[in-house]
Formats: sequence, structure tokens, C-alpha cells
Amino acid sequence: MNAILGALEWFTRAQQWSGPDGIPARLLEHVWYSLLGFAITVLIALPAGLVLGHVRRGRLAGLTGFLVTSSANAARALPTLGLLILAVILTSAGDLVPILIPLVVLAVPAVLVNTYAGVRQVEPGLRDAAEGMGMRGPQVLLRVELPVAMPLILLGMRTAMIQIISTATIAAYVGLGGLGRYIVDGYARQDYDSMAGGAILVIVLAVATQFVFAGVSRLTVSPGVRARG
Amino acid sequence: MITFAGVTKRYPDGTVAVDRLDLQIPTGQITVLVGPSGCGKTTTLRMINRMVDPTEGTVAIDGRDVRDIDPPTLRRGIGYVIQQAGLFPHRTIVDNIATVPFLLGHDKRKARERARELMDRVGLDRSLADRYPAQLSGGQQQRVGVARALAADPPIMLMDEPFSAVDPIVRAGLQEEFLRLQAELEKTIVFVTHDIDEAVRLGHRIAVFAVGGTLAQYATPDELLSEPADDFVRDFLGGSRGIRRLRFFQELDAEEAGAGTDEATVAADR
Repeated sequence: MNAILGALEWFTRAQQWSGPDGIPARLLEHVWYSLLGFAITVLIALPAGLVLGHVRRGRLAGLTGFLVTSSANAARALPTLGLLILAVILTSAGDLVPILIPLVVLAVPAVLVNTYAGVRQVEPGLRDAAEGMGMRGPQVLLRVELPVAMPLILLGMRTAMIQIISTATIAAYVGLGGLGRYIVDGYARQDYDSMAGGAILVIVLAVATQFVFAGVSRLTVSPGVRARG
Repeated sequence: MITFAGVTKRYPDGTVAVDRLDLQIPTGQITVLVGPSGCGKTTTLRMINRMVDPTEGTVAIDGRDVRDIDPPTLRRGIGYVIQQAGLFPHRTIVDNIATVPFLLGHDKRKARERARELMDRVGLDRSLADRYPAQLSGGQQQRVGVARALAADPPIMLMDEPFSAVDPIVRAGLQEEFLRLQAELEKTIVFVTHDIDEAVRLGHRIAVFAVGGTLAQYATPDELLSEPADDFVRDFLGGSRGIRRLRFFQELDAEEAGAGTDEATVAADR
């Protein structure tokens, strides 16, 4: 009980709401890392998932399912913090690169697997109709497979974004900003109010993300696909 | 005229789907390909719009080898209706119908206007135009499938068991309207079914396929019923051949009477 009251009291302190260590600044940093990580994730995983899901003929097609799922499982099993420290040691390029590597590596599987599965699950009859009416390969993919797979693709993106937001907390371990600062610095100072406050902020951000994705899904998923559940 | 000359389709595992097929499909008529499952009738249909390419032989439309035409271009000029309709769930009914005109780069507004006209033609209420396929019944979806195939006014229509997924009463209604529509449009229609009654009812000519992808008989419905070429065809037609033949003639009479009435109505309208 005390911890919660302490955290609430922490939120009401005036200095939490201004300056470089204030909540607005830290929140902005956190959102910035997250969006950057998410953008890179989508740029890698979305086209890969679409193309791998679309290609069904030939020797490549038999292998892709196995490769996609096993690489995704392997990536999920990696320890985040270990990956971050490895990235810091191995890269000397800027401040942001080391933190983006674990964010992206952990988020890619969610988008990749869902996109791949979404496209694969499009009914064969739809592809047949699309091709039979004279759509070319990319048209079948973008005009039929992508919109029909959209609910599953968005689910993957939402999972990825929430994962990124919670993982971005560890950026503070390597001296970067974001909401993780409250947790790492609070721990160093034995300031439990600050740690709890930081944790609550990360949770609120994750929940807010759910709502954002619900809105995105209203805009991008056709009612015809949504109605089918 | 669609011509199959010495066409064989053999798959890499050695299965022969269609075996040395020679077939001439007349322009402006309904030709039905019928046979048990695995007889190669669907493969034959799909070789016309190059969804399948033959291993040997040539398929030609009005003397032109289809292999000389790029598949998407060829397909945009041929209507295609499949079982379960294959409607795009994310598109409204009117946009489903306008699929091919959109692909051909036609003006969107005009394409949608024409799509609505086609809804009248196939007996769909225009109030359904902005619905999605999942909101329609199976029979309505099948009508949308036919309207979609007609949208760019192709001279040839390929129909792969288009009415087999609906219940018998709806099917009978769809068949009737299909014949009425064809009487107006006079398309070259290739129609695949496993239902011999449907074949006799709809076809000007019927090609009976046997398992192994060979053509057992190619004849008019009357010839088929009165003179089956062999035991396979006789078995396939079933024991009630005489009754079928009788019904076939009754329908023919009814149609003629119906046509007479139509003319009378048209004359009265004038």
C-alpha cells in the first residue's frame, strides 16, 4: 500500500513535470526510441513476411515456413539484456544503435510470423479468383492478400510495439534516457517511489498503445474482413 | 471457337490429368464439361485461361495459340466464375463486380455505374451494392460472381462448378436465370460440372470425361441420352436415362413456349 501511495505522491512532485529529467521529456525519449525501433522492425519484417507468404511454388516455398518459425523462435529465446550488452561492446556507432538492436531483434518475429501466417491463410479460392481475373503477382499480394491478412498483421504489429515499449526501458542501463531512467536511477538511489512511478508510466504507455492500435485497425481493416471475425 | 488439339497435361509426379484431348468449343454456345472427380474437366477449363499450361498440344482461341498471350492480359479478356464464388471479402459488392474494369484502368465512377447495372441483370437488388460478401447468402454471392465475370463484357466465360455450393432450389433458380441471361448475351461459355442433370439442362453440347483425362463422348444432350458412346457414358448417365431424356424434351418445349410468351410481351410493349 505504501509503495502505491509513495508512487502517487511521486507523480505530484512539481519537479517531475519539467526539465530534462521530467516526465514529459522522458516520455518523449521513450516514445522516440520505441517508434524508431518499431519503424525498423516493420521495414524489415513486413515486406519479408508478405513476400515469403506469397511465394508458394518452387523449392523456396517448402523451406520458408520452417525458416520463418524457427528463426522467430530462436530470436524470441535471446536474453534482452545480454543482447544489449553485446551490442554495446560490438558497435561503436552512436548512442542509439546498441539499444535499437535488441528492440528490433525481439520485435521482428512477432511481425514476421503474423504477416507470413496471415498471407498463407488467405483462402486458395481467393488467390485463384484474383489470378483468374488477370491480377499479376504483386496485385494479388497488395490488393487481395494484404487486405485480407490485415487483422493478423496488425495483431503482430501491436504485439511487437508493446514488446518494444517494455523493452526500451533497458536503454537506461547503457546511459540513454527514456522511462527506464526512473527505474535504474531509482534503484541506484534506493528510491522506490521513483521506480514504481517509472514502472507505472511504462504500463500506461503500453495500454495507450493498445488503444492506438484499435484506432489504426478501424481505419485500415475493411469492415468486410472485420465482420468475418 | 476454342480449339484443343492433342492436349495432354502430365504433372511431374506422372499423373496424367488430361490425355490427348481434341475438342472444338463453338462460339456463342454453352459447352458443358462433365465427368466424375479426377477426370480432368477442371484442368481442361483452366488451360483455356492459362491457369494451367498443357504439357503437349495447343489450346487456341479463334485460331490464336493462348501461349502467345501473356496470362494476365489473356485472363482479363475471359470471364471466370468459380465454386464458392471466390469474392473478395474486403471489397464491397459493387467493387467486387468492378474488379476487372479497375484492373483495365477504366474510370472508377463509370465502372461502378456499370457494376450496378449488372446487378440488375443478374437479379441482385441494388441496395446490396455497398454491402460486403459475408453479408450475402450463398445464392446472392454466386450472382455477384457471375456479374463480376461479366463486368468487362468478355466474349468467353469459364465457369467452374459455379452453382454446386448452393441448395437445389436456389440452384434451379440460378440455372434458369443463367439460361435467360445467356439467351440475351450469347457468350461462348465453358461450364464445368459433375452433375449430369445440370449438364443436360444447360449445355448445347456436352463433353463427358472419363477418369484418366480422356474424352468419352462429345455430343448434344439429345444424342448423349439417346446414343451413349460406351458403357462408361451409359453408367454415368445412370439408370434413369429415359426419364432424363423425357424431362429434357419437356423443358425444351417449355422453353419454346416461354420464348413465345416473351416475344408476345415484347410486341405488346411496343
